[in-house]
Amino acid sequence: MHKLIRRLIATGIVTIPRSVPERFAQDAYESSRALLRQLGRALAVRHVDAGSCNGCELEIHAVNNPYYNLEGLGIHFVASPRHADILMVTGPVSRHMVPALLMTYEALADPKRVLALGDCAMGRGIFHANYATVGRVDAVIPVDITIAGCPPPPAAIIEAFLALIGTSALA
Amino acid sequence: MKTPLWQDIPWESVKGIAPTYRARVDKSQWRDVFLQCREATGRLIALWATDARPEQAEFMVHAVLLFADHWLWISYGMDETNPNYPDVSDIFPAAIRRQRAIYDLLGASSGASDTRPWLRHGAWLAREFPLRRDFTVSAATPGGHEESYAFVRVKGDGIHEMGVGPVHAGTIEPGHFRLAIVGDEIMRLEERLAYAHKGVEKRFESLGLIEGARLAGRMCADSTVAYTWAYAMAVEAMSGCVVPARAEWLRGLLLERERIANHLGNIGALSNDGGLAFGQTQFSLLKERWIQTHQRLWGHRYLMDAIVPGGVAHDLTHQDRAQMEHECNDLEQAVRILQDILADHAGLQERFLGIGCLTAARIEALGGVGLAARASGLARDIRTEFPSPPYDTLAPRIATRRQGDVAARVALRFDEISESLRLMRHILADLPEGPLISAPPMATGKQGLGCVEGWRGEVFVAIERAAPDGLHHVHIHDPSWQNWPLLEQAVIGNLVPDFPLINTSFNLAYSGHDL
Ligand code: SF4
Repeated sequence: MHKLIRRLIATGIVTIPRSVPERFAQDAYESSRALLRQLGRALAVRHVDAGSCNGCELEIHAVNNPYYNLEGLGIHFVASPRHADILMVTGPVSRHMVPALLMTYEALADPKRVLALGDCAMGRGIFHANYATVGRVDAVIPVDITIAGCPPPPAAIIEAFLALIGTSALA
Repeated sequence: MKTPLWQDIPWESVKGIAPTYRARVDKSQWRDVFLQCREATGRLIALWATDARPEQAEFMVHAVLLFADHWLWISYGMDETNPNYPDVSDIFPAAIRRQRAIYDLLGASSGASDTRPWLRHGAWLAREFPLRRDFTVSAATPGGHEESYAFVRVKGDGIHEMGVGPVHAGTIEPGHFRLAIVGDEIMRLEERLAYAHKGVEKRFESLGLIEGARLAGRMCADSTVAYTWAYAMAVEAMSGCVVPARAEWLRGLLLERERIANHLGNIGALSNDGGLAFGQTQFSLLKERWIQTHQRLWGHRYLMDAIVPGGVAHDLTHQDRAQMEHECNDLEQAVRILQDILADHAGLQERFLGIGCLTAARIEALGGVGLAARASGLARDIRTEFPSPPYDTLAPRIATRRQGDVAARVALRFDEISESLRLMRHILADLPEGPLISAPPMATGKQGLGCVEGWRGEVFVAIERAAPDGLHHVHIHDPSWQNWPLLEQAVIGNLVPDFPLINTSFNLAYSGHDL
């Protein structure tokens, strides 16, 4: 156990020296305050993989690592769509995922908000519409926010969340 | 070749990773080759089918089989009106799902008893076959039509059925698992995949061979290096282009970096599933720093598009190399400390030991490959079995573990991190000088193969050009096809709460499998 504790101390706090200075200047404190004002609690996100290549998922994992520490900004991923403020969808929407995506969308509480993460979800990725793929999320459910990239780097994901929180769109 | 049985077959040599011979075979030879392969303790690498019409008035089914010192690519021509071919799933069980997939995509049947669809849920109809040239997308709703799937029922006193997925509680890829349980014990698991099926083979047809490399790099992001390399290898084999030595070595460096990144991420995830969140934070931090180097040197955190047909897209300066040596030392030291902490943690080891066990014999019988096979003592690794540059010079030392449980798969990942670091250091020290890329390959040949030992196992690509219109067909095969059935076996008799842990220890591809 002493080795573990030594390692913890040696690691210290590693969360980013904010790499995108202006945007990140509104730091955890400000985003939490904005969230408290609008929602009175943390922002809950439910993710659905609608046929992604798993690249977008790798970056969703990454924003939750200690370096980006998305939870520190008051944004956390939840297991049930019923607990979610935002549905985050990745992938070009394989037709086989459409029923599950629609069910998840239905289960969201109103107002339903949808974030399409990545070029594929936005309909500008490498997978085009065909017999197995719809080609974009907004052909299936309405999309409110998009984040571009293949996959979108963690900084872009965080920036988009901070922008959303900053505009009081959640109130 | 020591294949007296088929002396009458006109084998032709095919370029690619290993000495490969290709021929058309007849119905009885089709099974004979499989049987001979089984006897020689070889394995089935890939099994797929194509539409050879209109030139040949037939459909073709293809198999690539690995023998001790060569590979065989056999093709069997099927009647255009009633395409069928002999079932080989009794010889290689890994063929079961591939044969079902071949029916879903091309409508050629093997006569095997399990005729349930595998890749097709409801996006297209049972009588439509997307890989046929005359296929047109029927005007369906985005989700297609509802269709039920006949899971195998387990009956008995106190047996419950539990379904999870395709949407899971955490951020993982879509797949459905049907568990038959008694109390907390798993009696049976049945997987249902293909939720991420995107019609990739069709998509390749609309891209040029060079452009196709970008698509190949987006089959399964955690293995993008392995996929693009295997794809590039197949294109290069078709064009007879010689990849510069420096590019080959840099490809090796990329592949080992990808292996390390995934092993770090997976050990972290397993610690978390095993109840030690500390491991997750530590390993995800190591991984983050590792992939930040990818961003800095290759412009992409997961190394997408770093390999291009003909070579690589980026060079390394002397300074980059010196920095990377330091990075390797730092990582090695950090991993050693953490490995020690994890090994000392009784609670975690308790969760890992003896869970999700598979014997070598079982894996041998199922035709398992890659990391999962090595964790049970089977030294299956393309890097040593058929080393292509730079592995012929690097001579990797393949680690194996005997126990075949979650603990063995964790231990093997640690072993492989050390070995990959050694290989990286070797590459950094001896990197040949020279160009990064040869002239853009002009793919004039009619076929090419590529195969690379990704961190999960062997990623395989076959490209074939159908004369005379120049249309090419790309077939991509992920090792998860062979290894998903292992998971079904590994969970039997284990507890339901251990299922996520066992699943993560295999960490198989969904998108890469579903394609
Ligand atoms: S946007 Fe890129 S990383 Fe994300 S799913 Fe599509 S191909 Fe993969």
